[in-house]
Amino acid sequence: MTVLLETQSVSKNFGALRATREVSFKLEEGARHALIGPNGAGKTTFINLLTGVLPPNSGKVLLKDRDITQMAQAERVKLGIARTFQINRLFRGLSVLENVYMAVAERVGAAPKMLTPAGAQRDVIDESMQLLESLKLADIAHHTIVGLPYGRQRLVELAITLGLKPEVLLLDEPAAGVPSAESHIILDAIDALPKTIGVLIIDHDMDLVFRFAKRITVLVRGAIFAEGTPKEIGANPDVRAVYLGQATQHG
Amino acid sequence: MSATDLQNHPAARALAQRHRLRVWEGLPWLLALACYFAFPRYLGFGTEILITVLFAISLDLALGYAGIVTLGHAAFFGAGAYTVGMLAKNGIWTEPITGLLLGAAVAGLIGFLSGLVLLRTAGLTLLMLTLCFMGLLEESANMGADFTGGFDGLDSLPIKPIVGMFEFDVLYSKTQYLYVLAVLFVCFVFTRTLVYSPFGHSLTGIRENTLRMHAVGAPVERRLVICYTISAAIAGIAGALWAQANAYVNLSTLGLDRAATVLIILVLGGYGRLYGAFVGAFVYMMLEHFLSKLYPEAWQLGLGLLLVVIALFARGGILGIGEELRRRFRGWRNKP
Amino acid sequence: MIFGIDVISTLLGGVAAGMVLFIVSVGLSVTMGLMGFVNLAHGGFAMIGGYLIVLAMNRLGMPFVAALAIGFVVVAAVSTIFERLLYSRLYRATELDQVLFTIGLVFMMIASVTLAVGPETQPLTLPTWLQGQINLGFISYRTYSIVLIAVGTVIMLGLWLGFERTRMGAQIRAAVDNRRMAESLGINITRLFTLVFAFGSGMAALGGGLGAEFLGLDPQYPLKYLVIFLIVVAVGGLGRITGVFYASLIIGVVDFALKKYLPQGGTVFIYGMTILLLLWRPQGLFGKST
Ligand SMILES: Nc1ncnc2c1ncn2[C@@H]1O[C@H](COP(=O)(O)OP(=O)(O)O)[C@@H](O)[C@H]1O
Ligand SMILES: [Mg+2]
Repeated sequence: MTVLLETQSVSKNFGALRATREVSFKLEEGARHALIGPNGAGKTTFINLLTGVLPPNSGKVLLKDRDITQMAQAERVKLGIARTFQINRLFRGLSVLENVYMAVAERVGAAPKMLTPAGAQRDVIDESMQLLESLKLADIAHHTIVGLPYGRQRLVELAITLGLKPEVLLLDEPAAGVPSAESHIILDAIDALPKTIGVLIIDHDMDLVFRFAKRITVLVRGAIFAEGTPKEIGANPDVRAVYLGQATQHG
Repeated sequence: MSATDLQNHPAARALAQRHRLRVWEGLPWLLALACYFAFPRYLGFGTEILITVLFAISLDLALGYAGIVTLGHAAFFGAGAYTVGMLAKNGIWTEPITGLLLGAAVAGLIGFLSGLVLLRTAGLTLLMLTLCFMGLLEESANMGADFTGGFDGLDSLPIKPIVGMFEFDVLYSKTQYLYVLAVLFVCFVFTRTLVYSPFGHSLTGIRENTLRMHAVGAPVERRLVICYTISAAIAGIAGALWAQANAYVNLSTLGLDRAATVLIILVLGGYGRLYGAFVGAFVYMMLEHFLSKLYPEAWQLGLGLLLVVIALFARGGILGIGEELRRRFRGWRNKP
Repeated sequence: MIFGIDVISTLLGGVAAGMVLFIVSVGLSVTMGLMGFVNLAHGGFAMIGGYLIVLAMNRLGMPFVAALAIGFVVVAAVSTIFERLLYSRLYRATELDQVLFTIGLVFMMIASVTLAVGPETQPLTLPTWLQGQINLGFISYRTYSIVLIAVGTVIMLGLWLGFERTRMGAQIRAAVDNRRMAESLGINITRLFTLVFAFGSGMAALGGGLGAEFLGLDPQYPLKYLVIFLIVVAVGGLGRITGVFYASLIIGVVDFALKKYLPQGGTVFIYGMTILLLLWRPQGLFGKST
């Protein structure tokens, strides 16, 4: 299996706080990988290091063996890394369709065009609409984000990211805030993606994690605590002690 | 839904037709032309309004669409005005239309170079930087008296007739009015095209959520610099028109007063709406024209109050209030 | 030796001017740092304070020190009302809204003062004990400037002690550094905002009165000095008392020296340096990097 995304002993400090400690991690082609850990473990920070939102204090980030540690966010996106945010980052004054349009136009290279109307890019509009349809969002495509229920906004967040047709997909708690009756939409959408895409998902919902993941990494206080198949992780008494027990209590 | 259903989806149709011309969009131009015939004695004032509209449109592009909060936009207005003024005063270049292009080029270049460094910052720092940068230009113009005329500025600029035929009209500004109206129209059509383009859409994205724009792979800084450069060039054209129409330039083209005024005008009309510039400039300048000489304090007090009210309650300005009223009216009419 | 005296007198003049800048700007720095509020009307509170103080002296014959106290108290009280009724609605608003709102306030302040008092400059007549020169041994200098330096230093020390040694100071520092954390520690942010705002505006009033003698006092004051107050705050770093102090002194001295030796290019120099500084360190000379 080829490795898509890799970190070599990356660390990130916020002042005295060591949010990421020498994490070496691999995400393979076709991976369905889950990253779990208690709140404040540094999961989001790790995603921020992968996507270039934050620069690491030390260590390297590699994409298909190419060092991208210094690369800006947007360039990484062009190379196929896309993510959702734990807290929605949407264009709140625009319609759902216009939100997705933004991502698709950027990917197909239509966004820099100045002298033709955005509405004339039929291919971009059509693709955006199909994506919304696949996420059961087509019926609200003309709604402005501001008035939508949070669960719907979460799905738009996912739609924008899928509009980038990534090779590496990083999902930061995509199901948080989505009514449980709708969380299957997220898994269905991921199932429908090409099998070669590497997906890393962060979530606290253990049912979802164990249904989805073929591999699980447990992060505790910024460092990798354990890694293995769901079975191994589920059977690991230390993991149960620090995390799983806690999570079940949360419900 | 089938593929054709999706294509005919109201959201898709709305987006596909977003840029279409509405009937009422002819109105401002018809009114402007009507004023030419109806108020031949006020065309000097009318010219001033039209120039302000153009300046406000340039600010709308940067502030209303891309969300660049600047207090220093007069830097570019002044750059265009002084380019025309200094070239004409020294007899280097007096042809008006190419003069506009030169003004646009100089202002655009300054916008590009300053944008390249300034737009890496945001928020309060950016606000301060735009303010200081404008101050720097103003003081330089004040100091370089040999070239700029210093505090007094440059007057009696010799500007050639437009296309060699139409002399500038010192007394009634008839030529100026039509000339400025024509330039405004061209610039407006260009700006309108731009804001409805995918590029313009991505500017809106930067305004709405910069971090997300990075995350969809948009080269945010480059887009902002391009937008700022275009905006500066249009502001430069407005300044160049001002210098040509008045046949003088002075420090007032570069000052905080002008920068604050254009900001107020845009916000009053409604920013991020293209036509806010028209409404704002017209309302503001009419009020100022008729109130500020008679009751200067009352004018200032009222203006202050207006700004406070807009900031607290009516962020969309006059056009925003209009939209709100229309929506309420519709809701009320549609009630069973 | 003449040269040395010249340098010292320039320094003293600059430091005295810097002290006034500090007294006016310190409130602006703390409110901006604490609340992230772009308050362009801060100079307006300084102006209103200045007017109260000067008018109390000129029309009511009040002594200088008493007038200063009255100016501080009245402006602090009035600004509390402003903060509760108006400013607090815009804490979460965009910078643009804050800018518009405070420009609007400035216009209203200017117009009100013009209507109430008139557009002309209000002269400040110093009490006799502050007039004339004082002999410092090595140099004889204007008494008032020396007094300003002493007053500014005392205020600085007082604020610094208050910031470093009191519970409230610790709360403010915590809130400047990390507002959410401070809130989760149970600090009453709303009350803190109001107190800091009132106190900062009161200080501005004091500065308006103390500086009236050489900054002048007319209705255009808040706009005339807007940029320089902002520069002081930006250079000093938001919410840093010592930062504002050093920045005020630097800018006071540089401005004073440039006006004396290079009357033409002075302002260009200050603008240019500020731009370069902010590009190099957006958080200001003394601000913490994030
Ligand atoms: N930008 C930041 N500045 C300072 N501290 C941060 C920042 N981002 C995260 N942290 C801290 O780093 C730790 C890890 O946070 P995060 O990565 O969000 O955890 P998780 O996603 O696992 O819940 C937390 O203690 C958090 O407060
Ligand atoms: Mg997280």
